Amino acid sequence: MRSRFGLLCAAGLVAALVYPLLFGGPVALLWRSNYAVNTGFLILFVAFIGQSWNIAGGFAGQTSFGHVVFFGTGAYVSTILHVTYGWNPWLAWPLAAAAGALVGWMIAVLSFRAGLKGSYFALITLAFAEVFRILANSVPITRGGLGMLIKADPRPENFQFRDAISFYYLALALCVLSIGIAWWLTRSRFGARLAAIRENEDAAMALGIDVFREKVRVLALSGAMCAAGGTVYAQKYLYIDPVIAFGVDKSVEMLLVSMVGGAGTIFGPLVGAGVLHIVGEVTRDLGNLVPGVKNAQPLALIVYGAILILIVRYLPDGLTSMFVRRGRAPRNG
Amino acid sequence: MLEVRGLTKRFGGLTAVDRASLDVAEGSIVGLIGPNGAGKTTLFATIAGFHRPDEGKVAFMGRDITGARPDRICERGMVRTFQITQPFAKLSVLENIMVGAWLRTADRGEAMTRATDVARRVGLVDRLDMPAGDLTVAGRKRLELARALATAPKLLLLDEVMAGLNPTEISEIVDIIRAIRADGVTILLIEHVMQAVMRLAEQVFVLNDGRMIAEGTPAAIAADPKVVEAYLGHGAAGRMLKDPPHA
Repeated sequence: MRSRFGLLCAAGLVAALVYPLLFGGPVALLWRSNYAVNTGFLILFVAFIGQSWNIAGGFAGQTSFGHVVFFGTGAYVSTILHVTYGWNPWLAWPLAAAAGALVGWMIAVLSFRAGLKGSYFALITLAFAEVFRILANSVPITRGGLGMLIKADPRPENFQFRDAISFYYLALALCVLSIGIAWWLTRSRFGARLAAIRENEDAAMALGIDVFREKVRVLALSGAMCAAGGTVYAQKYLYIDPVIAFGVDKSVEMLLVSMVGGAGTIFGPLVGAGVLHIVGEVTRDLGNLVPGVKNAQPLALIVYGAILILIVRYLPDGLTSMFVRRGRAPRNG
Repeated sequence: MLEVRGLTKRFGGLTAVDRASLDVAEGSIVGLIGPNGAGKTTLFATIAGFHRPDEGKVAFMGRDITGARPDRICERGMVRTFQITQPFAKLSVLENIMVGAWLRTADRGEAMTRATDVARRVGLVDRLDMPAGDLTVAGRKRLELARALATAPKLLLLDEVMAGLNPTEISEIVDIIRAIRADGVTILLIEHVMQAVMRLAEQVFVLNDGRMIAEGTPAAIAADPKVVEAYLGHGAAGRMLKDPPHA
């Protein structure tokens, strides 16, 4: 059973590695190749930032509505260092991640010192994200609402690539890394403590867990991951503004892919990102097929929303719960 | 081993624990009894760091731990269980116990061995893979005990681990507690099941209205008029003497 699962993972990885070569290579001439590769990139990328949410929200039970605060921090820190101060983006990247960790640490210390839990914590993260958005809109260093443009200079040493495939592989590597971190959480002491905190803080405390410290740690880790994603996004699209960087949409997206896929599971964000992206694309295309409708977008959104409701109604533990009886790793030596 | 001196805990205008003192000697089993609402659980929670006392002192193994955090106190070797069981419901029984075991080791294999060993001692070894939320009341009580035991405590504070159990289950737990003590763990227990307290404890403290009203051997406590009155109401001891219940 377990080795079959390992085999499945290996097969999935090989497929992910080969996928852009198939669609980016010979078939590319016949079909819209960049579309396929970019779709793959988006799924893997959202799976990665979704996993950053999942580590705090799913594994440790610290639900956040404002995870974009880390994403935007990462995007702005690397972009400012690169554009304004002339840093190489590769060098700016770890600093962006560190800034994300710092923001995670700060939000955690402030919220958890004040004793905020559950929905109160979720709301305060939303407030933090909004504050950051307004700040980014007003201070000169971010160039306010104009946003920041990164000069196109597609050289690998400049963290820009001429082809979509390179970004695809970068996202794949990050996604695999984040799954590795999630897997480690299912087996390590840190992860066990997070699960205990998620299930019952009082009992966790009684059993010797420094609840405050562990919650701060997990938010710093999650913040660092999400901020690393922010840099990748900025380097791929070469433009950020306060709404892209700190808008509520990405927060919702991270939360949604984890919940739909299965919060607190290793593969939840990836499954959720894949399914939601495909459902989104298909409903949009189908909307265009309905005769007599000029603007199909609202219709597509209604169908998309209905599908979401059905998933949450019938699989409240996420899509991955269809395959595993229990969401957590089975006992094995 | 544990010294509690003049401990007071107020909630607003209500004094839940009023200058309570007690001692637990190393290697003993000590009982804490008292009618419902006497403040036993509050006293426990205050000793274990869940409430900050308004007055008084708690010393554990010769060190002042008054107002220390629960996790620090647990690290030093004193751990409590909860009267209302608090399982990590979605985790398996083994994972629950491992949370306790992780306190003393960072190695997964070691934590698993320790947890399995503890599960064997409390009779949960056949339910290791079950989600803790699916356990029966008796199972949950055992799990509380197992998790606490897995932290390798020197002093175990047990809050009504027998409440809601049937006589067979009670005598099983009594045996388990005796075995734990035999392994060198000191035990302070709150208990409503009198027969169990009488069988287990060498020393009993009685709390009523937040105050310690009596202490002594189980036999002495059972004969103490103050204790009888605390349970049965004012004047009950006098009536019992005049009109002894037929035995």
